[in-house]
Amino acid sequence: MSKRMRKRYLAFRVASEQSTSKRDVADAVWNAILKLFGEYGASQTHLALIEYNQEKRWGIIRCSHRTVEMVRAAVASITEINEKPVTIYVLGVSGTLKALKRKVSP
Amino acid sequence: MKKFVDLHLQPSIKDLTQVKNMINLASELGYHMIGITLPPNVKQAIVKQLQNICNNIKIDLVTRVDLSPKTPRELLHNLSRFRRKFEVISVICTSKAVARQAAKDRRVDLLSFPSTNPRKRFFDHAEAELASKALSSLEIDMAPLISLKSFQRIRLLSSLRKEVEIAKKFDVPVTISSGATNTHLIRGPYDYAAIAVLFDMAMPLALRALSETPLTIVKRNREKLSPNFVAPGIHIIRRKNCCPNA
Repeated sequence: MSKRMRKRYLAFRVASEQSTSKRDVADAVWNAILKLFGEYGASQTHLALIEYNQEKRWGIIRCSHRTVEMVRAAVASITEINEKPVTIYVLGVSGTLKALKRKVSP
Repeated sequence: MKKFVDLHLQPSIKDLTQVKNMINLASELGYHMIGITLPPNVKQAIVKQLQNICNNIKIDLVTRVDLSPKTPRELLHNLSRFRRKFEVISVICTSKAVARQAAKDRRVDLLSFPSTNPRKRFFDHAEAELASKALSSLEIDMAPLISLKSFQRIRLLSSLRKEVEIAKKFDVPVTISSGATNTHLIRGPYDYAAIAVLFDMAMPLALRALSETPLTIVKRNREKLSPNFVAPGIHIIRRKNCCPNA
């Protein structure tokens, strides 16, 4: 019997002068992962952008617990979205959404 | 809880708003201590001003100078001039002769190799052996890794992987710093540790390079710069006539 995947949730904040949509952020994270780890690496992350508040520029990414460091490194390497300078800061990591939201209130 | 240190912020000292923003962000991201690169001829008033900003934000400021000598002779001259003026001295090694001299001099705290060209990075076995006998540490700036693209980043990652392996072999301490010139290049300590995994630095070692190693350098130097320091292990604990009733 295969074991259920253990998940990790990463809360992040986007710092940029322009507004960024959920699609822009998801594309930027996927592109960063593809650039750093290739398609093989990206397939192991089980990445999903599950929440993004465009007004507060705050969101949550879900990934496999084995690839947290990979996702963190990829997110940290993002420097621009739509050719505009952007920085994404990881605010916290947790195993459940409830604990993450308690830890990092937006 | 770990105390994280970023020893290499490089804001423009003239732009105090930028300096404030960078210090604020570093504090928000969980750094307890930051090193700001100052020009060698910096005025004491500016240092005081920076110290006041850091005190308000409740973060510890470390004064640092980056020496970029062209010859070993120039390096020795600069070291004797500035060692007692700054808490941390970093040498940007642009030639092999300078790199070797810097590695064997105990007054040098950090060895920095800024070039992305592997031929111009001089941290090899001989350099590591000299550095392990002195007290110098290899400094890795993260800003180029974040800002470089494609082949340049690949080449830099490969050079860093080699250098970290050599440092491990010869027990040379490694320090990870941001090397940020603006707020866009600053990341949190755990993000830097995750990036360090890309050049085969294990997570615990990377976290040590962001906390214990730089803290040890600053602690050692502050001790040496204190007026009560005589030699390693010897301190003045009381001066003559300091207690008139004794």
